[in-house]
Order: sequence, then structure tokens, then C-alpha cells
Amino acid sequence: MSDCRREWNREDELPVYLAGPITTGPTQRQKHCGMFSSVEGAFDSKTIDFEASAVSRRGSRTPRSGSRERILDGDCVSETASVRSPNSPGNREDGRESVESTHSSGKDCFSGQNNGKALITQSGRQPYPDRAVRTRSRDTEGQTGSLFLRRLCSSAGQDSMSGTGYQGKKSIPHLTSERLLIKGGRIVNDDQSFYADVYVEDGLIKQVGENLIVPGGVKVVEAEGRMVIPGGIDVNTCFQRPFLGVTPVDDFYQGTRAAVAGGTTMIIDHVTPQPGDSLLEAFETWQEAADRKSCCDYSLHMDIPQWHEGVKEELELLVQDKGINSFLVYMAYKDLYQMSDTQLYEAFSYLKELGAVVLVHAENGDLIAQEQNKILDMGIIGPEGHPLSRPEELESEAVFRAITLGNRVNCPVYITKVMSKSAADTISQARKKGAVVFGEPITASLATDGSHYWSKNWAKAAAYVTSPPLSPDPTTPEHLHTLLACGDLQVVGSAHCAYSTSQKAIGKDNFTLIPEGTNGVEERMGFVWDKAVAMGKMDENQFVAVTSTNAAKIFNLYPRKGRIAVGSDADIVIWDPDRTRTITAKLQQSALEYNIFEGMECRGAPLLVVSQGKVVYEEGKLHVQQGTGRFISRKPFPDYGYQRVKTRNNMIGRQGVSRGMYDGPVYDVPATPKYITPAPSAKTSPTSHQPPPIRNLHQSNFSLSGAQIDDNIPRRSGHRIVNPPGGRSNITNLG
Amino acid sequence: MSFQGKKNIPRLTSDRLIIKGGKIVNDDQSFYADVYIEDGVIKQIGENLIVPGGVKTVDAYGHIVIPGGIDVNTSLQAAHLGMNPADDFYHGTRAALAGGTTMIIDHVLPEPGSSLLAAYDQWRDIADRRSCCDYSLHMDITRWHEGLAEEVEALVKDKGVNSFLVFMAYKDKYQSSDSQIYEVFGVLRDMGAIAQVHAENGDIVEEEQKRILELGITGPEGHVLSHPEEVETEAVYRAITIAKQANCPLYITKVMSRQAADVIAKARKKGMVVYGEPITASLGMDGSHYWSKNWAKAAAFVMSPPLSQDPSTPDYLNSLLACGDLQVTGSAHSTFSTAQKAVGKDNFTLIPEGTNGIEERMSIIWDKAVATGKMDENEFVAVTSTNAAKLFNIYPRKGRIAVGSDADLVIWNTKETKTFSATTHNLTVELNIFEGMECRGYPVVVISQGRIVLEGGQLNVIEGSGRFVPRKAFPDFVYKRIKARSRMADARGVPRGNYDGPVHDVISVTKSVPSTPTTRGPQCPGKTVMAAGRNLHQSGFTLSGNQMDDHIPRRTAQRIVAPPGGRSNITSLS
Repeated sequence: MSDCRREWNREDELPVYLAGPITTGPTQRQKHCGMFSSVEGAFDSKTIDFEASAVSRRGSRTPRSGSRERILDGDCVSETASVRSPNSPGNREDGRESVESTHSSGKDCFSGQNNGKALITQSGRQPYPDRAVRTRSRDTEGQTGSLFLRRLCSSAGQDSMSGTGYQGKKSIPHLTSERLLIKGGRIVNDDQSFYADVYVEDGLIKQVGENLIVPGGVKVVEAEGRMVIPGGIDVNTCFQRPFLGVTPVDDFYQGTRAAVAGGTTMIIDHVTPQPGDSLLEAFETWQEAADRKSCCDYSLHMDIPQWHEGVKEELELLVQDKGINSFLVYMAYKDLYQMSDTQLYEAFSYLKELGAVVLVHAENGDLIAQEQNKILDMGIIGPEGHPLSRPEELESEAVFRAITLGNRVNCPVYITKVMSKSAADTISQARKKGAVVFGEPITASLATDGSHYWSKNWAKAAAYVTSPPLSPDPTTPEHLHTLLACGDLQVVGSAHCAYSTSQKAIGKDNFTLIPEGTNGVEERMGFVWDKAVAMGKMDENQFVAVTSTNAAKIFNLYPRKGRIAVGSDADIVIWDPDRTRTITAKLQQSALEYNIFEGMECRGAPLLVVSQGKVVYEEGKLHVQQGTGRFISRKPFPDYGYQRVKTRNNMIGRQGVSRGMYDGPVYDVPATPKYITPAPSAKTSPTSHQPPPIRNLHQSNFSLSGAQIDDNIPRRSGHRIVNPPGGRSNITNLG
Repeated sequence: MSFQGKKNIPRLTSDRLIIKGGKIVNDDQSFYADVYIEDGVIKQIGENLIVPGGVKTVDAYGHIVIPGGIDVNTSLQAAHLGMNPADDFYHGTRAALAGGTTMIIDHVLPEPGSSLLAAYDQWRDIADRRSCCDYSLHMDITRWHEGLAEEVEALVKDKGVNSFLVFMAYKDKYQSSDSQIYEVFGVLRDMGAIAQVHAENGDIVEEEQKRILELGITGPEGHVLSHPEEVETEAVYRAITIAKQANCPLYITKVMSRQAADVIAKARKKGMVVYGEPITASLGMDGSHYWSKNWAKAAAFVMSPPLSQDPSTPDYLNSLLACGDLQVTGSAHSTFSTAQKAVGKDNFTLIPEGTNGIEERMSIIWDKAVATGKMDENEFVAVTSTNAAKLFNIYPRKGRIAVGSDADLVIWNTKETKTFSATTHNLTVELNIFEGMECRGYPVVVISQGRIVLEGGQLNVIEGSGRFVPRKAFPDFVYKRIKARSRMADARGVPRGNYDGPVHDVISVTKSVPSTPTTRGPQCPGKTVMAAGRNLHQSGFTLSGNQMDDHIPRRTAQRIVAPPGGRSNITSLS
């Protein structure tokens, strides 16, 4: 029996790292769950029983049988007691639905199992005697009690999963127990396309191939030759980012709903602590919010608002224990988040040691601050001041600088929000010179341009405000798509950060106060298809690469995400390349009252979206549940960026020249005391005119008395050592 | 007229000279003619000139007659780490004349925080006493603050300085932050001056220096390792970006690497007003000598930005010079004796920076560019003299052989070769980085201020004969375009009706003013930056007592949601 099971489970084929949660094996199961062992027979029903599957489909969208089967397979009992209560509201709701359609068991929280039981009972009507026995025995056991335990086991199974490799989500039981067969689709990965069926169970892809042998009671989705692609990964969202205390209208729930509706099954959101806040606390706030609300799997980037020694510990903790491997540093937002080059260098060095990916918000904040003052002085207060004060050059300059820093430190650099041609060109040139740098254009930069900033309608113009701003050059989207197609840019994010018009209106009299952010999480995949694939710039495999696979590789999610393969997460999208829709705020999932892509036509849309093995979007209808999203932790040192970095590290043997000691005369430097004159602090606000700091008493006849502001700064004295200890005595030869 | 004469030094330029039989080469054309000089000025050019009797005749048959070279970058007086250069104005200008350069523009380097005018006076004083050829001065801005704007104005308007250098390197010493550079550029543009930039990212350099020293590398090779090309390139790129924003003409001193030169060339193709100055060392040498086993030799090459390790660099820079992507050549002559360099024998960061090159400049360009066929003799004149004169607004007084121009002329032997060596050069340093290099083309006769200072291999200079050449603001060569662009670049707002929709109420969150430094400006090295605990609203941590940034006004503007007069008369939404 166990042999059979193993056979269809194909555990041997699973990558080692995936094996953890599944391989616990029959022995353990028998040990712990002996009294329910008969139930195992369910595993052996290999036949596809269409009748049964039909029932199951009718019965519920989320039968749990699969979960049960699989979970029984895991070590379930030990953790039973500690298992969380299956009382999540969303869960219950769903359960109730299914109850109504099948057995009307009163205990709603178990009804899922009841339903599953129904399914199994039906699938048990098979002509195979050996299995029939088991099935029957199982039928007899199909009582609430056993179901209860099964259910607990199912949770426990998840727990075991979270213990190894993937930290599953913490407190919300989920509904991934659906078994699903996607038939007749053309599977498109980033490397190849082929026709095959995909069998999904327990949120994982179990089988890929033709003529699959799957158990009965499986929901079958007919793909009818359409593309079956890995679900999109949106690498840049801000569903929680506060601006002056204002939070975006699209929170994790609204945002991930929109994501799913657009074919994106995973998001990576930015945690943005305020300067001075604890990163860990911010992380927990975000994780808590996301766990409660997110409808699809998510992961988190951490923004570093300020660099100082104290941050290092938190960073290490985040990388080692919390599963974050990407950190954003800012080159813009002077006096708020901006870091100096020295700080950037230190941050890069430290993050490299941790094996993290360095994300950079690349804009020259010093110049922006200057330009903003200038523009405001000119009396320009509307949204057009935003692009005027942030010209493209400032973006590409910062990109160039970030890449230089990355090269010096030898760490992978990832440029978020590539908005202009020149910035993209800078990245592509650096890549040609061998820099390990990745670029992320976003939906807005790929689909629209910055001409709208000059719109007469304030609300419309303000809607486009994001940083870096959209380029006024109308050829930008096309250029970015070209670079995306040829691999010079790698991933597509959305930078979805939705503020309502009334929130944007905070800056109605001063463009620098307009909350920054545009929508795009829902439209992301569609526009890449429409503007790149449908135009013939890009093929479908590259489409998968830029919308999903590359992101998974860069952030070390691959091959769990970003690929349709046995063992990968069942985040699958059936893509319809021909469907054309017109983007409008009326039909969008986002809570925004506007859409910056309003009225644009877009070819290509998801037909059906499977997230965690569950159909969450079908025929234009969402079936998501708040809180089903799991936090996906990411390990440091992703191969995609770090393999090269490691090798280069080994290569850079900086070697000094071994030469004889210099024994010639050494000039005696007159002991002029070295003064470190304090510079006007960089933080100085433009209004304060500091007197020129004159501290060099030697050359001017002007002296300062009394305590000075920098008295606490030690004077550097190292420069005066002309004859270092041990220097002069043994000079003998000049090589 | 635009020719400011010298001020208070009696000059000895009254000899009358006629140069016969040479081919006169200007940047635009070459022709055979005689040149008659009187009182230090070119009086007549042509054939069969009618000249008074008793005129000394200089024979230039078979040679070319070119305007004397202008070396746009020397540091003959700038102290480095407390040491004065081995070659001061006397030795330096003497060597310049020996190499065919009849004018230098030296960098005034005031101590950070001290007065620019005081430093200017100091330099003028020394140069007037010591210089053997005409000179002018660049002013280095070692620490920018608002108060300097007045001094800059005084220098531009009254003192004849129209070029100012800002440093992007030398952290905690000379380095300026991006904001400061932007401000400087803005001021310079308004004054009509040229912004020069020492382009290296000082932040990265400092970090790299620390790292290299930690690795145990203390020799001169550590200098190159800590000043990689990219760091130069990055700074060039940034400087150009800032200049573009400020609409200010930009001049990059010491272009040492291919990449940096490429960035300049590209920016020019995009229409930027930017100029690049390769120097003798980068045009003649590569950086392989930093790895020399001989410490003294390796140290002699130490300069910032360092010579590129790429051996194709000199060739490449010469090509860009020939095609006009780079415009002028300097020498960045700043020499320190081996004993002075040895101050850094156990720590490369203490090696005083600078190489020789003032004497070799013209010959190296002739040999590497003209003799190899990359550029013609007219371009040679342009890059060694005329462009510099135009750029710094001393054209046509300098940089051209024309009636009325200063009689700074060089009779150039284009065929024979000369070998550079420390034993024969006119400098005081004991090492010449071009040691043993054989160059075609050298000056046979050099005439400065109408007087023969080099003839038959003999130098005949007079200490203190050099005049200060003041330079006026708004050089046409540079500012015509800038002026036109200033008129064009009026950003315009969009006239629209007031927004009268709902406005989200911003909760009055105390805006935290973090105390970390965020810019590249000079910072105090010993200071450990603490996390900003000033946001009382969000953290439970408070600071009491006086704080370091108490003098900085808190920004309050951000909380104004309904500005005065805002809410009442909102009527239309167009």
C-alpha cells in the first residue's frame, strides 16, 4: 500500500528541499495514527472517477479530502493538541457553503471534512476489490470524530510543513486541500512550452504529464489548449506603507484580491518602518496585517529607513530567523530615508555578508530637494512640479552610483522602479560590463508615460504621482519592454501603492505632499502581454520569466514559485492571450476610485487562477478568502545573484607588492596640527544659515573661544605619524 | 580692450624680434609667414614685412611656429598634507617654458574654512615674485557655505578669476556634498564662471582605503586599488547630472580613465556643456608602475585619480582628444620629492599626490597623437593652447598667432626626438615618471612675452617676469549656449482650477527629523551616528536636554492641510 502511495506521490522525484513535509512516510503515520490507518486506503484510489469528481465539484470548491489524505501521511498526532482552532471566519464561511450543498452536518467547522467524505465515498465505488475494502472500512469510519482528528491532522501537517523549509502561515488554517487536474493546457515555463496535464493536490503540483493517473474525485479544469503559466509574482507592492500617517486604500486584502484577479499569485510587499522604528517591530506589524488579510502568498522586503550600527543586529535577525533576504535602501528622500554614499557602502557590505539582495530606490535626493525648492519658489505647486523636480537624469545618476557601489562592494544590486529610458540604459550597459545588477520596471512605466502630469484635472494628474516619476518621453514604455524582452531588465513589479484622490489631495497646494504611488498590481501581467508579447517583442517563455520566474530566482523562491513542475507550489494561471479588456476603475478590484490606465485596452488576461492549489479566480469571479495567504520565507544567498558574487570574491585576491623597505630620506612634516573643521551638517535645513565654520587657527588670525559644537569629536591625530613605530631602525635594503 | 596688461612688475619685453621662414600653425589653419614682435605683442604677420632695423631675426626654417602652450592645470603652490610641492612657481614655470608652455593656470587651494580672497592674495604674491611666464589662477572651493558666494563674486568681478574647482573627493577635507555642489554651480552660473570638478567619489574611496589597509596593503599599489576607475566614472557622471540641473558649464579636471572619458563624450553627444581635461600623465603613461618593486618609483606615480591600469588608456584618450570629445590638456603638475613621498612609506594614504608633466606635456601629445596621425598640427594647437584660451576667456590674447596677440610663441621641431630623463629635466625632483621615454617633437625656440627664453637648449628665464592674466566672466565659448538655454528652460506650471474634492485629514504625526547625515558632505569622522530617537510619537523613548541639532528648525509646513485662504473659495473643478 505504501508502495502504491509512494508511487503516485512521486516523492522520489521531488527536490530534496521539498521532501521535508511529505516524506514523513507510512511508518510514522502508522505509529501515530494507527487507529485511523484504515483511512489510508483513500490514497490508493488512483482511478479518475469522473462521477465522483463531478460530485465534488458540485459539492464545493474546497473539499478537503486531499488535505486529509496527505496530512495523514504526515506526522499528525504529536501536534494535534497545539493545533489552532479551525475557526477562522473565512474558513467557516466557506465550510458552510459546502455544507449546504452536500451533507447538512450541523458542525460547520467539520463540514469540509464531511464533504470530503462524501467525495471519498463516491470515489470508493471502484471496481478494484483490494481498494474497495479499504474504502469501505473508511466509510465506516467516516464519523465526525475521526474527521475531527483528520482535520487536526491536516493542520498539523501544515505545521510540520512550516517547521521545515517553508514556514507556512501561522494561525490561519487553509484550504488547499483541493485536488485539481488541469487538462489539455500548454504549459509554459521560462525555458520551454509543452502540452501536458497538471495534477494539483494539497497546494502542490503533484504530477505533470500526459495521461496522468489521478485519484477520483478530482476537479478537472479544461484548459483547451490555452497557456498554463506559473502564477505571477509581483515583486514590489506597498499595501501598508504609511505616508504622513495615511495608509493606502488598498490594504493586503484589497491589494491581493486585485493581484489574483490579474493573474498574480504572490506579492512581495515592502515593509517601511519610519526612521527610528525597530525593523523587527515593523516586520511583525506587516506580517500580522498580511496574515490576517492577504489572499495569496506573500513575502516581504524590508526597507532600511536609516543606517546605523544598531540596525545590523536586526538585519541579521531578519535574515537568519525571519526569512527576509532583500532590503531596500534609499538614495532619495533627503532628511528622511536618504543614506549617504558612505552609509550605502557600509549597508551594501553588511547586506552582502548576510547574503541579502540589496534593493535600491535610485534617485539623487540632494538634487531633488534643491529642485523642489526651486520649483516651489517658481510658484509651481501642482502635480507637474513632481516630474519637474525629479528629472530623469537624477534617476539615472543614482542608478549609476548604486551600480558603482555594488561593483565596489561586489554585491548584487537590484534597482526598484526603473522608470526612464536613461536609467534602464544605465543598467543594461552595466550588465554588459559584468555588473550583477537587476532592474525592475513597473506596470506604470511599462504602460503609460508622464504626459498626464500636465493634465488640467488635478485629481488625474495627482494620480500619476510616484517616485521616480513617469517619464514624459512617450517612447519610454516601448523601450523598457524591449529591454525586458532582451533580458537587460529582469522582473516586473507594480509598485502598487494606492492612495485615494482625497488622500492625494493632501498635497493639493504643494506637490511635495502628494502621497506617492500608483496602481498596477492587477494590470501588470496584462500590459506585459499586450505591449511585449502581443507585439512580438517577447515570446511566451520570456513572458513567464519576467512576470514570475526571474523574480523567484532573484529572491530565492525558485523552484517553489515561478515554475510549473512537480513539487512546486500550485500557483497556476490559465492565460488567455486573446481576451481583450478595457481597463476601467469601475471593473477593477482595487478600492481606488480611479485607475491610471483608465480606458486602455489590454490584450491578454487570466482565465483562471489557481493559488495554493485552489481556484481563486474563474470566469471573472474571485473566490478568494481573506487570510489564506501564507508568508513565504526566503533564504539568504540566492544562487541567481550570489553564485557570481561568491566566485568573484574568491577571485579578488588583492595583492600588495612585496618590496624592500624604503630606506631613503623621509621628509619631516612640520607638526602643523591637523584640524578637522566641521562641515555644515548635511541635515541643515535650507533656512538656517550657518556661519562659515572657521577652525583653522593656523592660517587665519581668527579664533574661536568657548565650547564648540563638535568638541565631542575626537581630533584625528593619525596623520602626523611620520616615523611609525619600528619603522626607522631596520631599514637596510631598497629592492 | 580685453587685454588686461600686467599690473606692477616692470617687464623686459621690449626686444624686437622677427621670426622668419616658419610655418605658422593656428588652430584653424597653417600658412607660411614671418612674424614681427615688438613690446611683447605680435605686430605684424606676413611675408616681406617692413620692420625697423636692429631687429633680432629668429630662423624658423623647417619648423612650425605655434602659439605657446597653455597648461590649464598646475599646482605649484598647493600644499598636500602639510608639504609644499618640490617645484614651486619658479621651477615649475621654468620647466613649462622649457617644454613650450608659455602660460600656466595654477590652482589656488585655500585651507578649508579659510578665506578665498586671502588665499588668492597669497598665491598672487608668490607667483608674481617667482613665476617666469604668464599665469592665471583657478580657485578651489574647499568648503562651501553661503558666505563664500560674496567672495566668489569678488574674485570673478575684481580679481580676474573665472574658474572654480569643487572636490567630490577627499572626504572630511575638501569634499562637497551634492547639495553643496548644486549650490556652487548655481552661483557660478550666475557669475558667469566655469565650474571645475575633481571627480572621484570620496565616500567610496575612503571606505576602500580602509578596507585595503585592513588587508595589509600599505604600498603605493593600495592607492590604485582604493581609487578604482569606476569611482572616477561615477563622480564624472554625477557631476554632469548636477551641472545639467544647474545649467552650469562643467569642466572635468584630470580625466584619467577610458570610462570617465566616455561618460564625458556621451554627455557631450546629449548636448551637455562639458569639457574634459586629460593630463600629461594619463596621455603618456599607464598605471602599471604602481606595482613596481621600487617603492620610490611606484610612489612617484601616486596621484588622484590614479593612472589607469589599462595600457590602452593613453591611446584612447589621445583619440578622444583628436576628435574633440576632450578639449584641453593640462599637466596637473604637482611634484613632491621622494623624501616627501616617503612620508607615506607605511601607509599609501599619506603619500602626497601628484606627478610631473608640465615640461613633457606638449611633446607627449605631439608624439602620441600628431606623429601617429591621430590629429593634425592644427588640432595640436587647439588642444594644447587655443581651446584653453577660449574656454577660460583669454582668447585671442593667448592661444593664437595673430596681430595684437601676446608674443607667446614656440618654434616647434616636428621631426627630431628628445628623451625625457630626470637627469636632463628642469625640475627639482629626482624622479621623472616619463623616464626614458623618447618623444618626437620638441620646442627649439620659445618666446614668452616677446622675449626668447629658450634657444639652443639654453633656458634664459627671469624670475618674477610672469604676469598675472586676469580672465573675464562669461566666456563666449562656453556661455553663449548656457545663456540661450537659461532663456529656454522656463518650467511652466499648469493653470488649473482648484481641487475641491475631499481632502484626507492627516493625523498630526510628529515628523521625525532623523539625525543621521544623509549627504556626502564632510562629516566628522569620529562621530558614531545614533538612531534617531526624536520621534516621540512613535517610540517610547525621549531625549532630554540640548540636542545637537536644536538649531535646525523643525519643519512644520507638512502638516498644513487646509492652507490659509484655501478652503473658502473653492468653486470650480476644471
